[in-house]
Amino acid sequence: MSKVLNDVRYADSHEWVKIEGEFAFVGISDYAQHALGNIVYVDMPEVGDEVTQGEEFGAVESVKAASDLISPISGEVVEINEALEDAPELVNEDAYENWIMKVKFTDAAELDNLLDAEAYAKICEE
Amino acid sequence: MKYYDKLIFELSRPGRKGYELPKNEYGIQECSIPAELRREAELDLPEVSELDVVRHYTNLSTKNFGVDTGFYPLGSCTMKYNPKINEEVSAMPQFNNIHPLQSEDSIQGALELYYNLQVALSNIAGFAEFTLNPYAGAHGELTGLMVMRQYHESRGDFKRTKVIIPNSAHGTNPASAMVAGLQVVEVKSKPNGSVDVEDLKPLLDDTIAGIMMTNPNTLGMFEVEIMEIAKLVHEAGGLLYYDGANLNPLLGKVRPGDMGFDIMHINIHKTFSTPHGGGGPGSGPVGVAEKLVDFLPNPRVKKNDEGKFYIDCGKESLGSVSTFFGNFGVMLRAYAYILTLGKENLKNVGPMATLNANYIKECLKDDYLLPIDGVCKHEMVFDGLKDKSTGVTTLNIAKRLLDYGFHAPTIYFPLLFHESMMIEPTETESLETLDEFIEVMHKVAKEARETPDDVKNAPLTTLVRKLDETGAAKNPILNYKTLKANAQ
Repeated sequence: MSKVLNDVRYADSHEWVKIEGEFAFVGISDYAQHALGNIVYVDMPEVGDEVTQGEEFGAVESVKAASDLISPISGEVVEINEALEDAPELVNEDAYENWIMKVKFTDAAELDNLLDAEAYAKICEE
Repeated sequence: MKYYDKLIFELSRPGRKGYELPKNEYGIQECSIPAELRREAELDLPEVSELDVVRHYTNLSTKNFGVDTGFYPLGSCTMKYNPKINEEVSAMPQFNNIHPLQSEDSIQGALELYYNLQVALSNIAGFAEFTLNPYAGAHGELTGLMVMRQYHESRGDFKRTKVIIPNSAHGTNPASAMVAGLQVVEVKSKPNGSVDVEDLKPLLDDTIAGIMMTNPNTLGMFEVEIMEIAKLVHEAGGLLYYDGANLNPLLGKVRPGDMGFDIMHINIHKTFSTPHGGGGPGSGPVGVAEKLVDFLPNPRVKKNDEGKFYIDCGKESLGSVSTFFGNFGVMLRAYAYILTLGKENLKNVGPMATLNANYIKECLKDDYLLPIDGVCKHEMVFDGLKDKSTGVTTLNIAKRLLDYGFHAPTIYFPLLFHESMMIEPTETESLETLDEFIEVMHKVAKEARETPDDVKNAPLTTLVRKLDETGAAKNPILNYKTLKANAQ
């Protein structure tokens, strides 16, 4: 059973977003890291990049497959998790602790397009 | 020597050698390479005797797994038996001792064979003409897409820069499109892996160069709506590209050209029984419909009215994609295969490959989860074990099969399921071999229930056990130099 946190919102493409003040942290869910298997590379955006909800912002590569990352929120990338450059396996260890990018988001209303924990858990069960 | 696993460099001893260079008869004292380009360090080659070399490579060769040693059900790869008569033909000095720069008159036989193979493939696949120049499947895809671009641009239509590719496609399709300078637009597939026609319709506008498809699709299911798809794409002004990776089950039954495809490549090393899987080289001939023949790469081999064969380089061609004519040795083997089987027997290839696959599918669906039921073509996809309660994964099963002397199937592809396991037996396997494989697959499923650790720790009997896949992906050691540097 994959871990689903209550204090974050989810995209059906298995990314999560957590709001802290004017910033949003984005990562992939525990379900996603489990399905991908051992992650060997995280292709992250650059600081200053603009990301858009529903559009690609990077990719994760595992021993099984490469998968696009779809941004759950729009805004400007203000920080990336540099630790993942050398240790992408951190995402396997804890997918929620190890966020991928920090975004100064533009529109909080976008969160309404995302799933809450209960709805997301249902998708994972299917 | 059962557990022999040395590198040739590890056998090296200073001063040991097994050769003697011939005397320099030409009196060349100084080489003409400029001093700044010459190597300064000693060449680091292993110093070994002839016996060292013979034992080393003979021992390594016995560790290889090939179709000649056992069943190789690697899905989407069509690992059929490569008849030895192919090798006999390709080893003939009459073919081996000629050069592509010889005069046409002196190589009429080779040109005739080349021409005849072009014609045979055109007849088999339903196209106007084939080029045999591309070196492999992906190279064929690139060439085919270049033809697609050239076609649109020759009409002054520069807007068509996008290619539609199903999300279940072979990974080479989007990669080839990118290399050809086209953008990829994804079309969704239905649960059975078929292209979703309703999802396709809104994508079709005047920026679409074409669509890339394989039929049967990557789940081994026939695209029953192909005629409708062809109609829609053509009406929108696009072309249809057929990825020939899954051609085998159609051989002698259905022709891609008749389904409405305009361009295709054939993986000679799959469908026409030539070596592949590290042993290549491959060959990826590209066939096109009548309106596209002038865009085919140069050189082309043609026949004039007097029955003489000649080499032609067309002005409208997209240019050359290979040195000379591509991998001629592979074509000799394919031509030998086609002639050995003949028209009548070639027609049995597709049905027998389909029968073998369906036999395995029906026998295994009690223990393995079959997400798409129904008649498949040459291959089927299971989504791992039905009973996943002990945590045994597709990877574990693949490794356990090695213990029982079978090559693993294709795993974790297609990406439509989490535990994909893609099995393709081909037509060349006997009922006894299929039964042995089925028995072992049932045995592994039983082990997964009763002694799951045996499966999880597999392989138990191979020379090297479980490999560090993550480490290999993150820190690949591809040569001795890196190995030595890492050790220091």
